[in-house]
Amino acid sequence: MATASAAPRIHVDRLTMAYGSFVIQRDLDFTIQKGEVFVIMGGSGCGKSTLLNHMVGLKEPARGDIVYDGQSFWDATPETQEGLRRRFGVSFQGGALWSSMTLAENVGLPLQTFTDLRPRQIREIVSLKLALVGLAGFEDFYPAEVSGGMLKRAGVARAMALDPDILFFDEPSAGLDPISSRRLDDLILELRDSLGATMVVVTHELASIFTIADNAVFLDAQTRTMIAHGNPKTLRDESPNPTVRTFLRRGETEPAEGAVR
Amino acid sequence: MAAVSLTSDVEVAARTSVRRTGPDSAVLELAGAWLSRRGLPEPDASVRELGGIRRLGFDATRVTAWDSGLVTFTLKVLGEAKRAAIDADRGGLPEGVRRLLALAEAVPEKQTGRSGARTPWLARLGASATATAEAARIGVAFLGDSVLALLALVGGRARFRMSDLFLIIQECGPRALGIVTLITFLVGLILAFVGAVQLQQFGASIYVANLVAIAMTREIAGIMTAIVMAGRTGAAFAAQLGTMNTNQEIDALSTMGISPMQFLVLPRMLALILMMPLLTLYADLVGILGGAVVGIGMLALSPTQYFEQTKGAVHLSDFFIGIAKSSVFGVVVALAGCLRGMQSGRSAAAVGLAATSAVVTSIVLIIVLDGFFAVLLNVLGF
Repeated sequence: MATASAAPRIHVDRLTMAYGSFVIQRDLDFTIQKGEVFVIMGGSGCGKSTLLNHMVGLKEPARGDIVYDGQSFWDATPETQEGLRRRFGVSFQGGALWSSMTLAENVGLPLQTFTDLRPRQIREIVSLKLALVGLAGFEDFYPAEVSGGMLKRAGVARAMALDPDILFFDEPSAGLDPISSRRLDDLILELRDSLGATMVVVTHELASIFTIADNAVFLDAQTRTMIAHGNPKTLRDESPNPTVRTFLRRGETEPAEGAVR
Repeated sequence: MAAVSLTSDVEVAARTSVRRTGPDSAVLELAGAWLSRRGLPEPDASVRELGGIRRLGFDATRVTAWDSGLVTFTLKVLGEAKRAAIDADRGGLPEGVRRLLALAEAVPEKQTGRSGARTPWLARLGASATATAEAARIGVAFLGDSVLALLALVGGRARFRMSDLFLIIQECGPRALGIVTLITFLVGLILAFVGAVQLQQFGASIYVANLVAIAMTREIAGIMTAIVMAGRTGAAFAAQLGTMNTNQEIDALSTMGISPMQFLVLPRMLALILMMPLLTLYADLVGILGGAVVGIGMLALSPTQYFEQTKGAVHLSDFFIGIAKSSVFGVVVALAGCLRGMQSGRSAAAVGLAATSAVVTSIVLIIVLDGFFAVLLNVLGF
């Protein structure tokens, strides 16, 4: 897992995203380094989740490419794409757990599919992953039987089933109470530190952004492109763009004393 | 101050009048209770009276009560004033109305590229033609993908869970027996009854057995079973996959490198390919039994007579033809259900549409294919 390389882990290369002829974002260009917690932020409906769908290979770019460790995703053969996909873990907005399977079967499916482990070994790994997200003992529950926050955490457990190099999170704190959302943030940082994985997080929760992000990109719905790139705390204080400063200060134009940490 | 009054004694109907205060200025006087539920004046009438005016004021001192109705009215008047380059002074409006107006105008209208205007019929015809062509392309691509998935299965590389396959087999095999029994028994009965009435006139009522046996084995058992399965199982497949799509469960499979085609579609297709022939064979026998009830009960044929006649009428090839066709129908029902489910939009209404569309697609294809087989078998001399 610890492959040191000079090239950035992920390079979003002059990416333009569109639904048909309707352009959502154009000319996105940024890099994500190994071991970074990278936040994709912006107002509602600016195309954050769409960008994530492009990065994990669900939606093809209108123009441009995503490059992983020097390997282009969209110019690659389907086999190479498969190989790249297996290095990702994706935690979807609503968890997206397979509703006909128990939590253990959900987490176990990637292991069962892509490894030669024996069922007992899989069962043990599954229990560990569920324990890591605080769901020990919920192995045999069906997704419909647990709460929204638990679904999300189970989704994270499934995303890290194969110990991926890169973990993607779509709105991890959406719809969670402040404490659960804080716990999920801590989990993201903890996993980064312990697994050395690269984290890409889509969110617009300011508290979360300032807690976890090393680096961030700001997508603007009005101009339909990225208008800022850097550490969110630096951007809040020093960005030349008023839209970004206003967003990061929750709409307060004056720098309020002791606002968000 | 906003004069929001709930007492009914001040509820005189809302009215307007335009008072000229100079050669190019006027004041729009508002009076009465401006409440939506009491009916509102048309803004157009007031706007028409503003011709040739450069400055417009408002006088709302005689407004006794107001709600959103007044805001809507003034918004419209202000919009028209702006278009006619009239300088409007909002000072005379109640403070609450001024604040709501400011709130409504705070965020400029977004150009979403969607207009309510109707597109011309030729453009709509063209759009629907290209949409049909695209749907056909997607259907063929899906068929191709399913063949690739079957090849992967033959090569032992297909990824799906055996437990899923068994669950689906149980759902679309044994659990369908009840409805298949009922439908084919009744169809056999009806067929025999209609045949009996005609054949009795020629004293040839024994041939009811031939009629029922041949029609059932070659055509009707297969078609009726397929249609029952389209309504029962095809719709269920579309709804399951559509809901999975809504819930991003299919995305989750794709990002994990598990092919939804192999994991979801293949077991459903296999289950129907395996179960349809068995159900059809069963339907053949139940249908013949239904015919026998009429033959024995109404035409006073002896059971031995009826079944001997049936045995003489059908050949093994008749059974095979019906059963082979039913396998194809099984593929059709599975593919139509899965395709519509995977294509489904991400809303409750879209999942409902997907289920409907799956049933319609299956039934149309079943009937068309059956016609095709009839011609083909005739040419081949079976």
